[in-house]
Amino acid sequence: MTAFITRRTLQASGVLVVVSFIGFLLFTFTGDPVASILGLDATPADRDALRGRLGLDDPFILRYLTYALNAAQGEFGISYATARPVEEVIVERLPATIELAAVAVLFSLAIGIPLGVYTALNRDRWLARFVMTVSIVGVSLPTFVVGILLIFLFAVGLGWLPSFGRGEVVKLGWWSTGLLTVSGLKALIMPALSLAIAQSALVARLVRAEMIEVLRADFIKFARARGLRNRAVHFHHALRNTMIPIVTVTGIQLGFLFAFSIVAEAVFQWPGMGLLFLQSLGKTDVPVMSAFLILVAFFFVIINLAVDLLYMVIDPRLRIRHEIAEGVAGS
Amino acid sequence: MTAKTRQPVLTAAGPAGDAPGWQARLARLYDSDICYSFRHAPLVVAAALLFLLMIFAAVFAPWLAPTNPYDLKTLNLLDSLLPPIWVEGSDPRFLLGTDSQGGGILSLIMYGARVSLTVGALAVSVSVSLGITLGLVSGYIGGKIDAVIMRIADIQLTFPSLLMALLIGGITGSVLPDRLQAQFAIPVVILALGVSHWPHFARLVRGGTIVEKEKDYIAAARLIGRSPFAIMFRQVLPNVLNPVLVLATLDVAFAVMGEATLSFLGFGVPPTQPSLGTLIRNGYAFLFSGEWWIVIFPSLTLVILVVAVNIIGDWLRDALNPKLR
Repeated sequence: MTAFITRRTLQASGVLVVVSFIGFLLFTFTGDPVASILGLDATPADRDALRGRLGLDDPFILRYLTYALNAAQGEFGISYATARPVEEVIVERLPATIELAAVAVLFSLAIGIPLGVYTALNRDRWLARFVMTVSIVGVSLPTFVVGILLIFLFAVGLGWLPSFGRGEVVKLGWWSTGLLTVSGLKALIMPALSLAIAQSALVARLVRAEMIEVLRADFIKFARARGLRNRAVHFHHALRNTMIPIVTVTGIQLGFLFAFSIVAEAVFQWPGMGLLFLQSLGKTDVPVMSAFLILVAFFFVIINLAVDLLYMVIDPRLRIRHEIAEGVAGS
Repeated sequence: MTAKTRQPVLTAAGPAGDAPGWQARLARLYDSDICYSFRHAPLVVAAALLFLLMIFAAVFAPWLAPTNPYDLKTLNLLDSLLPPIWVEGSDPRFLLGTDSQGGGILSLIMYGARVSLTVGALAVSVSVSLGITLGLVSGYIGGKIDAVIMRIADIQLTFPSLLMALLIGGITGSVLPDRLQAQFAIPVVILALGVSHWPHFARLVRGGTIVEKEKDYIAAARLIGRSPFAIMFRQVLPNVLNPVLVLATLDVAFAVMGEATLSFLGFGVPPTQPSLGTLIRNGYAFLFSGEWWIVIFPSLTLVILVVAVNIIGDWLRDALNPKLR
């Protein structure tokens, strides 16, 4: 177990080193920070002084190490566009994206799991077949199109929900939350739904496929033979054994939601990380771009690690298998 | 006439080993399992017809479209923002209404789909060529090269491909000097989408290659002294190509969706040569002022295109999976 965690952590740090290097390359070879900060009419002496102060005259490797060390401490330099520390800008935007992604995951699981269980248990009913066909449509809906259709329906047509922004937010320390006000919750519904619809269709299809597979297994027959009630068999035996793929998918989903939240944030002008990234791309704000790149990589590495560890918590068989593998490797 | 064309079909059922004519091949295809399951899935047939219709309309847009929205001579600002014909105040010349420049939405969609499908197809060819090359090398040569290539593929697969494409496209776009940006916008999109999807193909090809390379005909080819690259591309490749082609067809839908998303975010196809995504981006602003048709119809076209391909793909996956028969 410990060996497994160590190995995975080493792999993860390898990925982070590579990505931080790419982020650094981006930082070094695009744009001229001196020109960006001082403007075009600075004197050569001023420029040289700033170059020295920013450490741009140091050797390449030293600069990378400085960059990586600073990044590890959460310092990513000064944003060209806003002239503020990048980490300050990011911390301001982070809560909005995390709340959006978390609510979207909840929505997709809340819609997806029941639909998947229903369609697996009632495979031949027309309603189940209908749900499956609709789910293909759901999987293929691009996030921004869902967003636009939702706005068309609920904001422009019915006028029930706001079409942009986060509504009122409440400050809890450095965290700003929209979950505690009515306008904040109303503003959250459509962006979260536009992210969740495609994902919930995916979850439903996955749960259905896994459930059907598990229901064929011998232990389900034995459970029935023992005279257990259907409900106990379906939910205690069958659904529980479909949890592994669901956990994986939820993990991968979190990542996907992070990516697609860029799109949802653009449609709904949601003031989160995604919008920040798009703005930084538009303005060639390299420090923000690099920081975003590294943070995303960090986020994904953590998710993958967490998913792997959760497997072992859920499925005791995997724990034993790993111990055997390690025992063989160790001997 | 019919009797003449029928005859070879009947003889094709005769002795095995005959080189069958094309009619016989068609007949055999018609009787095959896969075609049988196709014929008995009305939803899939409908999706396939719709998909073909859309490709046809896009490819022949210059001849089929009712107006040419890029011919400035025919554009008339007096025609701008007309609603679709079933809404009051419309013009029968414009079935789905017009945009702010007076271009017909239907024609814009046909031309836009043309750009979208071209970019999608080119992006898929980039991922297929990258995937095939790296997959063959990885599977056939093995060892350290295999480990490195597959590690990179693994790492890339943990990132969503859209994010990857956005990063590649956005960063390349912002690194290029301004005057080159418009010129290289489309190649950058193609490259970004292509690079973001190669690991799927590489894995598929690698898996097939590992199975094939143990077989006798490869040993024979090696024995007569063919070079590894000739063996990879002339011997192994034809035998692992089928699933790649299936995946590639489906991938066009994802590439089109990816292109639309990038364009919608402003990092895709430039407004001078609008794709479906650019049309949606341009029309989005009009949603709030009541001209919904400018954005809704291109959006629906995109959805129908992707849904059709996904329905076909979903069926194909099941039809090709012998476990489910």
